[in-house]
Amino acid sequence: MSAEKRKLVQVSNLKMHFPIYGGLMRRQVGAVKAVDGVSFDIYEGETLGVVGESGCGKSTVGRAVLRLYEVTDGSVVIDGEDVATLSPEKLRKKRPSMQMVFQDPQASLNSRMTVAGIIGEPLDEHTRWPRAKKLDRIYELMDAVGLNRDFANRYPHAFSGGQRQRIGIARALALNPKFIVCDEPIAALDVSIQAQVVNLLEELQEEFGLTYLFISHDLSMVRHIADRVAVMYLGKIVEVAPVQVIYDDPRHPYTEALLSAVPEPDPSLESRKERVVLKGDVPSPANPPKGCNFCTRCPKAFELCHQTEPETVEVSPGHFVACHLIDKNPTAGGTGGARVEHDQGKIQQGEDA
Amino acid sequence: MPDGATPVLDVKDLKTVFNTRSGEVHAVNSVSFDLKPGELLGVVGESGSGKSVTMMSLLGLLPSPPAEVREGSVMLGDRDLLKIGEDGLRKVRGREVGFVFQDPMTSLNPVFTVGFQIAEPLRKHLGMSKAQARDRSVELLELVGIPDARRRLGDYPHQFSGGMRQRVMIAIALACDPKVLIADEPTTALDVTIQAQILELVKELRHKLGMAIIWITHDLGVIAGIADRVMVMYGGQVAEQGPVREVFSNPAHPYTRALLQTMPKLHGAREAKLRVIEGQPPILGRHPTSCPFMARCAHAFDRCARENPVRRDIGTGHDVACHWDHRGGTA
Repeated sequence: MSAEKRKLVQVSNLKMHFPIYGGLMRRQVGAVKAVDGVSFDIYEGETLGVVGESGCGKSTVGRAVLRLYEVTDGSVVIDGEDVATLSPEKLRKKRPSMQMVFQDPQASLNSRMTVAGIIGEPLDEHTRWPRAKKLDRIYELMDAVGLNRDFANRYPHAFSGGQRQRIGIARALALNPKFIVCDEPIAALDVSIQAQVVNLLEELQEEFGLTYLFISHDLSMVRHIADRVAVMYLGKIVEVAPVQVIYDDPRHPYTEALLSAVPEPDPSLESRKERVVLKGDVPSPANPPKGCNFCTRCPKAFELCHQTEPETVEVSPGHFVACHLIDKNPTAGGTGGARVEHDQGKIQQGEDA
Repeated sequence: MPDGATPVLDVKDLKTVFNTRSGEVHAVNSVSFDLKPGELLGVVGESGSGKSVTMMSLLGLLPSPPAEVREGSVMLGDRDLLKIGEDGLRKVRGREVGFVFQDPMTSLNPVFTVGFQIAEPLRKHLGMSKAQARDRSVELLELVGIPDARRRLGDYPHQFSGGMRQRVMIAIALACDPKVLIADEPTTALDVTIQAQILELVKELRHKLGMAIIWITHDLGVIAGIADRVMVMYGGQVAEQGPVREVFSNPAHPYTRALLQTMPKLHGAREAKLRVIEGQPPILGRHPTSCPFMARCAHAFDRCARENPVRRDIGTGHDVACHWDHRGGTA
């Protein structure tokens, strides 16, 4: 898509395993593989949407990228520096350039601090500005996110959910970051307020040239805000593509199922829709299935899926899929990625089920 | 749906007020609706629109004080639920009207087995013996699609996943074969693929059991998929009500229209910018003398400030509480 654009964030083979301790000696008996080998790039000024169901590791990716966790393996290069291995002093200097907007504006704002205190805290931590300059900056930020300056000395409880999220966004912007991870920023808001916050995020992106990692389970909203979308399932990225491509031509069976599960506000469309209803639940990331992670719920799974993990294949420029149904060696000349035709019977059966 | 049939549930002018330290909150304001046998009524609205409080008022589930159901009637068959008292309500709840709550994590008791919790209404309401209740529980779990039902009766709620817990909740609500099932945001806490499973289950059960369902949600997409009729609530009042296709294709209330426009679509052209409904939902302090949506409405005019609109018919079974005529001009 934007090949000449600079890659601001390059994540390669990111793994985040949380140890499980057990037994008499509390030794490590296993690990929750929350994120298990994830690679993606984010270009400067774009929005990468990460979608998936709860427990798929999308929030963990967001936190690991900002090194809110010590990653198990892999590298996260942001603007030329590997955040995953930076020393604490260097990491602290790096922090202003990468920020986060959290899901729950109720929980992520200190209820005992005033709005000015909350928005100004990053300034207290990272700058040696005089008070007056800080206050100017706080007012500037409040203007930018559409909060009334008169409310600077109020406490978070006096604000509605949407306004609280604006406070959280202002705080994230305080130090002029380049890169912001938005972790479900609208999930806790009402529909009519969601649009306000999403529009604000888009305006700010344009104004300040921000790069977003936008984590959400709301596929319609991601379609609106993202330039490219990564679909995660059980700690892995199963498909990445530019936004139109993934919504119009999903290639991974999980992406198809996920898209078809989204209810749409159109009764006639809903009644015509052929829904792929997945059976069962997501397996535990502490004990992922052998082979393809999705094989236990996939309506199109065949023997190979239960044995080996699929490789990620680029089916068209910028469209990556990790599925055995995708031909690894497309015929020369074609755009690639023809569906493998073998075991067609089983595929049919799966679809009927 | 049988159109002329006598409604199983008929709510008229329901008014619920919360008495708080900072004054009265008019959470539900003259809400009227009915529910025909076998019908699925979708109720949409934002948080604070009064949709949950309305349904909880019907069954006396609100703590009083602070809540006070001040006016109205709730006819279930030929009885008024607001007049039968706590003992009467106890016999109705779970027996004639089932309730499924939003959060399957907190609405099941963690210290009792799932089997015990399903058998409880069967033993209390229907006087079944332990063995009978056990057999019926197995049937119910199978009905809602829980595999290996007999063995799972002995499991505790934490041993079930979110989707499975919600299935258990539905099984409990269905236990006594209620005439009416009220489901309050039953899929909001679930993932989309699990939500799709539950929606399929409800569609199937409806036809199998033929009960009437009230489905509360803030997701218009869910309503579009399962409801026969939809009721849009705003500021403790009914803004618009009608057959689902009619309301979606021909929304008459500015709020319904705005709501449909703010939602990004999964198909078609991508909007450059999302349409927004400016402002905040109303604070329901005083008894409203103006239209609650007025401050956010693109079509508001002087009459909206003077007079809270009453519902008026605009087509077959379609009514709206708005002074503005969506076909152009004023009503």
